[in-house]
Parts: sequence; structure tokens; C-alpha cells
Amino acid sequence: MINLNWYPVWRRNFLVWKKLAGPSLLGNLADPMLYMLGLGYGLGGLLQSVDGVPYLNFLAAGTLAYSVMNSATFETLYSAFSRMHVQKTWEAILNTPLTLKEVLLGELFWATSKSLLSAVAIMLVIWALGLYDNFTMTLALLPVALLTGFCFAGMGLAINAVSPNFDFFLYYFTLAITPMILLGGVFYPPSALPVWLADIAAWLPLTHAIELARPLVLGRIPSDIVLHGLALIAYGGIGFAAALKLTTRRLLK
Amino acid sequence: MSPLILRGLTKSYGGVRVVDGLDLELEPGRCHGLLGPNGAGKTTTLRLALGLIGADAGTVDLLGYPMPAEAALARRKVGVVPQVDSLDPDFTVRENLLTYGRYFGMKGREIEARIPYLLEFSGLAGKADAPINNLSGGMRRRLTLARALVNDPDLIFLDEPTTGLDPQARHLIWQGLRRLIGQGKTLLLTTHFMDEAERLCDVISVLDQGRVIVRGSPRELIVKHIEPHVVEIYGDGLNEWKDCASSFCKRCEQAGETLFCYTDAPDKVVAQLEQQPGLRYLHRPANLEDVFLKLTGRDLRD
Repeated sequence: MINLNWYPVWRRNFLVWKKLAGPSLLGNLADPMLYMLGLGYGLGGLLQSVDGVPYLNFLAAGTLAYSVMNSATFETLYSAFSRMHVQKTWEAILNTPLTLKEVLLGELFWATSKSLLSAVAIMLVIWALGLYDNFTMTLALLPVALLTGFCFAGMGLAINAVSPNFDFFLYYFTLAITPMILLGGVFYPPSALPVWLADIAAWLPLTHAIELARPLVLGRIPSDIVLHGLALIAYGGIGFAAALKLTTRRLLK
Repeated sequence: MSPLILRGLTKSYGGVRVVDGLDLELEPGRCHGLLGPNGAGKTTTLRLALGLIGADAGTVDLLGYPMPAEAALARRKVGVVPQVDSLDPDFTVRENLLTYGRYFGMKGREIEARIPYLLEFSGLAGKADAPINNLSGGMRRRLTLARALVNDPDLIFLDEPTTGLDPQARHLIWQGLRRLIGQGKTLLLTTHFMDEAERLCDVISVLDQGRVIVRGSPRELIVKHIEPHVVEIYGDGLNEWKDCASSFCKRCEQAGETLFCYTDAPDKVVAQLEQQPGLRYLHRPANLEDVFLKLTGRDLRD
């Protein structure tokens, strides 16, 4: 049953974020922008064009998806783990009428909201530098970012549920996040990969996000919208279901 | 109506029965103590009572609601002071109370109206805007108590509320708990401090191996289970003296270098001890700790 009981949990995280917003914004937003501008201008200067557009324009959508992924992942790994394991915030909440499902929903929606903010920051740069073709189409990046944030927040909460400590997250970064950044099409089109590798890359959640985001920046209508959208929902949904089961086993057995 | 009824409660972990057919019924408006050595099942019992976990067998009735099925409903009128500090370190005192109240579905204005009372109750008036990290251990504990009262609960669970506090801080917590009892709240308290239980509790249940082994008021337990006087004896020559001690006292127990003599007639023991210059002794009335050690033994449990 879905109700609004998760909202106080979301609000708690929002209030903490509001207090510490300065450094948090800088880390979440400045970092991907530096990547985008540094690589876009630096590497872009060496390349004629990629997929028929200047490299910086090509890179913009990849940076947006990657930034959303990073934001949702960090929030559901390090920050959520700190609340669950170090500060015992979740245990305190579970003594109130709220259930674990509501706590996890609050965390899921919070991480999604926060990653949406990363997307907006990149969109501001895209608009300011004129890296888009059609302004109206760039607005459709918002729902794409929402799905992408949901996807990685759901998966991150599942990893959080089985983690014994902060160091454990390095496995996830090394085995899942980094391969996605390198193979998912952030820096170059997947068509540049050997076929077998491109076939694998096509299954990665980040690839689905970029397949939706890139055409929107370049003024084209994405192909297979439903497929990519459903893939993001499925990864996030399965991740969240696993998170609920595994966190219940961890905290309430 | 009893605010909490546990019947035949059983819970096993890895084949070990942590709670084993436990029965407990709280009387409204009273302070109840749940005592027991580590591993006796106290914390598991509290978690079962709150509906955080389900029992393998038996029933829990919390404020009239079956648990864990109606846990969310029942917990609206329950307060919990957990063993481990779980205050929000990024928030001030006020923000902690405000945020916690929202988990109960309370409106901001409703909580704000209650904050002055909660701060006064916990001796934190003037600290509303203090960051949590600036509070002493005793203040954090009192804030945890205030937080548990934000929803004006009928029943309050306290899991070792004074562990790690200095005597001043403990006395302040005790004052608060007495005030709650005076207001007609029902308290369920776990503690390892027998003096705390003896001071505060109307009814005590001693748990061992997952079941209640005795139940009664502190005074009843002392009268029923132990001799009224204790002489603790230690020093040189204890081993020689010990052999003839049984002729003076009803029951003797040795723990390390100390001999505990339990007796109805302490004068005889003391007169004997006066003639032993090497031995030192302490004569005192029997207390709850003596009962506890007699019932659960002196061996370490973990």
C-alpha cells in the first residue's frame, strides 16, 4: 500500500541537506561540470566531431546521466549507510509508527530528488552554453533524470542492505559503477566498442539512461523510449524490492 | 486494561531459544522492571513487544492491539528510549524533537506547542537551539527521554536509560521517571543497576534463559528470596575463617576474594569478625542485587 508516510523521512533528509547544502552542492555539481568542460574543450579540441556534433555537445548528455547516477549512488550508499549503521537513525524511526518500507521509500525518493538536482545543474550549463538543439526537447531530460535517479537509488539501497562497512562499497564502484561510466556511452558512442562488448554494454542501466538523454540534447526523438524507460524502472524496482527484503533481514529479524 | 500482555512468547535464533515461553502482564500506571543477565532475552522481549519482530509462538497485546499485525497503530501511543544513542547529530535539540514528532504524523505546530514542556521536563530549557554535539552525555540521554515523550505516550519502554551516566545525571533521569509515574504513565524499564530498579520499580520481573523466573515488588523479592542481612568479608586469613563461618551464618558464598555471609543474626557474625584483626568486613541490609545474584548465579553470561 502506497501512502505518504514516507514523507517525514524524506523531509528529515532534506532538512539535514539544507543545513549542509554548500559543500554538498559543490561536490555534487562542480565535479561533473569540471569533467564535462575539461574533457569537452580539451579532448573536443582534438576531435572534429562525434556523431556529427561537437564533442562538448555529445558529452553533455553522458555527463548528465553519469552525474545523476553518481548522486543517487552516493546518497544511498555512504549517506544512507551512515544513517542506518552509524547514527542508528532508521532504528530510532522504527520505534515510531513508521515501517521499514516507509523508511526505505523516504530514502529512495530522497536520493531520487537529490539526483534530480544534479541533472538540473547540468541542464543549466547545457542551456547557458547552448549545447542543445531544441530547448523544448531538453525539458524532457527531467523525466529521464527522474527515472535514472530512481533506478540507481533502488540499486544502491540493495547494496547498502548487505554492506558490513563503508569499504564494501568499493566493490560496487569498481565492479558496477566504473564499468558503466566507461562502457555506458558517457565519453564515446557505444558503436565505437567491439560488437561483443557493445552487446554487453547495451544491458547496463546507465546505457539505457544515455540512450534516452543524448538524443534529447541533440534535438532528436529517442528510439525505443518504452524499452529504455521500462529497463530503468525494472532495475530500480528490483533493486528496491531486494533492498526491502535484505534490510528487513538485517534490522528486523 | 493492561497496556502490555505477553503470553507464551517464544523466539529462537539459530536453534537457541532466546525467549522461551515468556509471560508478562503490565499493570497500568506502574513502573515495571525487567532484570536479567546479558543474554537473558530482555532486548528481544522489548523488540517483540514493540512488534519490530514476530514471535515464533505466543501472543503480544500492546495497548489493545495484536502485534506485530497492528504495530503501527499501537506505537502511536508508545514511547521508546533505546539503549544506543540515536539522536540526529546534524540537528539542534529543537530540530530533533520536531523531526521525531513528524514520524508520529504530528503537525509542526502541534509539536512546537509541546517543545517548551519537553525541554522543561528534561532540564534542557534554554538549550533548544544547541547543536547535539555540544551536549553532555547526561543531556543527550535526557533529550532521548524527551524525544520519547513527544507523542504523549501511555506506555514508555526504557532500555538501560542510565547506562554510562554519572550519579548526578542518573538522579536527574530518575526524577523524570518518577514524574512520569506520577502522571499515570506505565513504564517498562530494563537495567543492570539493581539500585535503580529498587528505587523506581513497583513490580520487578527477573528474566533468565528467556523466561520470567520470579516476579514481585523489590521488597517482596528481598523478603521472600534472601536473608535480611549480608556481611561481606575480605582480607588476610579469610580462607581459615571461612571454614568455621558456616556455624555463624545461614548461607555463605565466595566470589573471588570476598565471602558473602547471608544471615538472620548478623550480631553473632560481627562479634566473631571483631576478633579477627586481619579481616575487614561490611555489614549491610540485603538488597535486590543479592536476590538477583542468588537467582541467576555469579557466573558471567557472555
